[in-house]
Amino acid sequence: MSFAPYAVAIWIFLVGLYGVVTSRHLMHLVICLSVVQSSTYLLLLGIGYRTDGAASIFVDIPPNTKAVDPVVKALTLTDVVVGAAVTALLLALTVQAKKRFGTLDPDELDPLRD
Amino acid sequence: MSAGESAHTPRRPGEISFATRRTLFLVSALVLAGVMVWALGGVPSFGDYHGVYGLVLNHVAVPERHATNVITAVNFDYRGFDTLGEEFILFAAVLGLALILREGRDEEEGPPDDDASGRRVVGASNAVRLITVLLIGPTVVLAGYVIVHGPITPGGGFQGGVIAATALLFVYLGGEYLTLRRVRPLPAVEITKAAGAGAFVLIGAGGLIFGTAFLANFLPLGTAGDVFSAGTMQPLSVAVGLEVTGGFVLILSEFLDQTLVVRRRGGAR
Amino acid sequence: MEKLAPLVVGAPFLVAAVFAISLPLSRRRDDLIAIATASTGVIFVAALLIDVLGRDIPVVTWVGGWQPRDGVALGVSMAFDPLSTSLALLAAVLVCAAFLVAWRYFEIPGPIFHALVLVFGGAMAGFCLSGDLFNLFVFFELMSVAAYALTAYRSEGSGPLQGALTFAVSNTVGAVFILFGIALLYARTGALNLAQIGDYLAHRPADGLVVGAFAFLAIGFMVKAAVVPFHFWLADAYAVAPTPACVIFSGVMSDLGIYAIARVYWTMFDGPLHPHLGELRIVFLGLGSLTAVWGALMCLGQHHVKRLLAFVTISQIGVALIGVGLFTTEGVAAAALLILADGLLRAGLFVVIGAVIHRVGSVNELRLQRLGRALPRPLRVIFLAGALGLAAPPFLGAFAGKLVLEHAAIDVGQGWVIAVFAVATILSAAAVLRAGGRIFLGRGAPSADDPSALNEPDLDSAEAEIEGAPGYTPPVMIVTAGVLVAAGLVVGLVPGLVDGALDAAARFTDRNAYAAAVLHGATESLPDAPSVELGALAVVLSVVSVTAAVAVAAAVLSPRRTGTAIPRTVREPAVRAYWMLRRLHSGQSGDYVAWLSVGAAAFGVLLAVATR
Repeated sequence: MSFAPYAVAIWIFLVGLYGVVTSRHLMHLVICLSVVQSSTYLLLLGIGYRTDGAASIFVDIPPNTKAVDPVVKALTLTDVVVGAAVTALLLALTVQAKKRFGTLDPDELDPLRD
Repeated sequence: MSAGESAHTPRRPGEISFATRRTLFLVSALVLAGVMVWALGGVPSFGDYHGVYGLVLNHVAVPERHATNVITAVNFDYRGFDTLGEEFILFAAVLGLALILREGRDEEEGPPDDDASGRRVVGASNAVRLITVLLIGPTVVLAGYVIVHGPITPGGGFQGGVIAATALLFVYLGGEYLTLRRVRPLPAVEITKAAGAGAFVLIGAGGLIFGTAFLANFLPLGTAGDVFSAGTMQPLSVAVGLEVTGGFVLILSEFLDQTLVVRRRGGAR
Repeated sequence: MEKLAPLVVGAPFLVAAVFAISLPLSRRRDDLIAIATASTGVIFVAALLIDVLGRDIPVVTWVGGWQPRDGVALGVSMAFDPLSTSLALLAAVLVCAAFLVAWRYFEIPGPIFHALVLVFGGAMAGFCLSGDLFNLFVFFELMSVAAYALTAYRSEGSGPLQGALTFAVSNTVGAVFILFGIALLYARTGALNLAQIGDYLAHRPADGLVVGAFAFLAIGFMVKAAVVPFHFWLADAYAVAPTPACVIFSGVMSDLGIYAIARVYWTMFDGPLHPHLGELRIVFLGLGSLTAVWGALMCLGQHHVKRLLAFVTISQIGVALIGVGLFTTEGVAAAALLILADGLLRAGLFVVIGAVIHRVGSVNELRLQRLGRALPRPLRVIFLAGALGLAAPPFLGAFAGKLVLEHAAIDVGQGWVIAVFAVATILSAAAVLRAGGRIFLGRGAPSADDPSALNEPDLDSAEAEIEGAPGYTPPVMIVTAGVLVAAGLVVGLVPGLVDGALDAAARFTDRNAYAAAVLHGATESLPDAPSVELGALAVVLSVVSVTAAVAVAAAVLSPRRTGTAIPRTVREPAVRAYWMLRRLHSGQSGDYVAWLSVGAAAFGVLLAVATR
């Protein structure tokens, strides 16, 4: 039971990665990538949890109450913003791909290959 | 969107087929899962965490920083440098997005999608319009509240900024996006975003000038729990809120433009 | 002085924010402001470097003024020593060069390009100087996002879109691996400060978590550095990114991945992983050699000049990884010297390519045959000199790094890497010389004979980035190229540089001194630096490799089909194998991520076995 959150994080990471590898639609690929990123949120927050701990906000609870780790929450917040930024950029590329190639299949984009 | 093998450009010898790719991945994923489980086995069991960083901060943040929201204190005070970087990640991404989606040479802005000679764009129903218009105001107020109260209650610049940007979505849902666009507040939005980003750096520099170091908290700390407390955390939160609002509004409006307005020259979509 | 260090990051960011307001300033004023900011950055980092050199310990500054308490770091530290500051200086110089190149090269609507490059530069500086693990990650991601945006810069053509996409997808997956590593370390140590984590881990054995954390961090950094098999995105991205951006990408961005592996190892993992050094060495040397050889081989048949330089970059990244993978002070010093010299040379070569594109509008070497003669003579000299520098001629270019690498390898009984180094440099230098010979000297069989020409996609349509009239090459590009290549060549001649590098490496690899300085502000005595002597053998090897490179290039370019001299039974399978490898670079992100996963899984298993 105490390993469950981490196992779920690993699962989400691998499932998302599977989606990225086998994707046939750019939007699907971008969303799978954000799923991959979300596995780290789960991992970080799972690590910082303390049983029966309150949120680290001491507005209406006395300052020395047992609280969960605040640092992982701040890290996750940063992580979410980073994820959103990358997703936005990739979606812009997706829109352009549709306009330029008329296709959203990542394997069909005109590859600059040899 | 399925992962089947569709009729696809026949591959030249040497490139891997889709099935090969998938098999390669599945085998590696299995191995990776094993490695990850092995690595994560060493993590303290769920709920049993005793990391010193968090423990120390939980104890000292309120008395020393007069901020009841320790997470905001971490974001804007203890680890403000990280937030500076994070803010600029959003900044750079929005710049990149604007760059990618700006009008190409073979595009032009055309009349909106549903326009057929003389007819207005099919708008939303009156009920939807009423509700969305009513919601815009409270959303903006809520956003402002969340931003300003960052150091005290759950929230902060990032969260409030995103809430504020959803006000634009309400405008779109209410069918008023094109009206808004004619008013063209876009430069104001860009300035907001840039000003927010720049303000963060300037406040940080203020720490250097008036305090002990870059991003040092140099304003009076007030009393914990008061609206104006925790020193520079609040102005930083506001700066970030401005930047995030501007950034997300820009993202949304660029995408909405693409959907509604931008056309290839010659009329075809 | 060190309190101002965060401004190295803050100042470019501020100017970028001002640029983003997109006021209708004139283009020339944008350029001037950008160049001025970049130059100020160079001067400032140089000042930091001088300051650091004058002290015995790493310079530490706590952003926000948060001094550590009882060895617990509360804030984010910047901790820099001569090695990391020099790398930051290289980054600052290349940002300046990028602006100079863009000045007359580009048609840019608005100052977004300048803003992105400034943010990119600030992030690189922050990355080099950071002393905090999560801070390292934030700047890593910032560098990456700015790079994705710069790569997609002209998304009108077909190439930039696909190149930016695979770049973004691959590197994002790499970043997720890094976060896994950070999460693991935080779970174990409760800290994010490099020194503090190192202290905690040093007195405890390495179990699955520690090894796993190192593996994941290394995987993420290797994706950025484009180590095989994580490297597929790089050639596509370099091929389509605008040339001023390529100058920075090739010159320093990929090397930062190698730097990060070294930094992370020597501050945190040296304690627990030290007993397994021999096995770790084998893994990293193997990866480095694979990368070096793969990159060099892929250069050979490559006629897209920017992709050619991309594979040269990959090959040299492999060599740098060999240096770091020796896990000794000398190895780190070798890697540093190689990164410095080769980075400058590659940047200079890219500027010359930019001039060619500007003048002629094509990147296909075969179509450029003889057309390069239209360019000013100095460019010809600069390009060929740069190509020779890649081969590490006696005393010039990569020679200093090569010398130290040879010593480092022999000292730990891994002399075989010298052969790998030789092969990689000979082949990559030969490929660049071949390109130079064809473009600028008009040598080589007419392109109709060459079957590989049939496979080249239409490259010219993508090269719409240029401005200005053909028939004219802006002098600023010639000067920039010349300065970069000259600097790269001359680097080995600077008196005391080799000793300085060894010194810097000794300080870089001293975990105890680093931790003491960061956490307690204590001064410890300077570690002894090894010394390296110049031997006749090194010079002889160097002459041999340069001669071999020129010979190979000449053989390829000669009008007689020298290829027929090789017996068919050897040639045909070799050519088939080569094309199989080449076609793996399919341009499809799904393939690339699949190979990434294969590499990650294999690497994880290798490390697990190595540290049993």
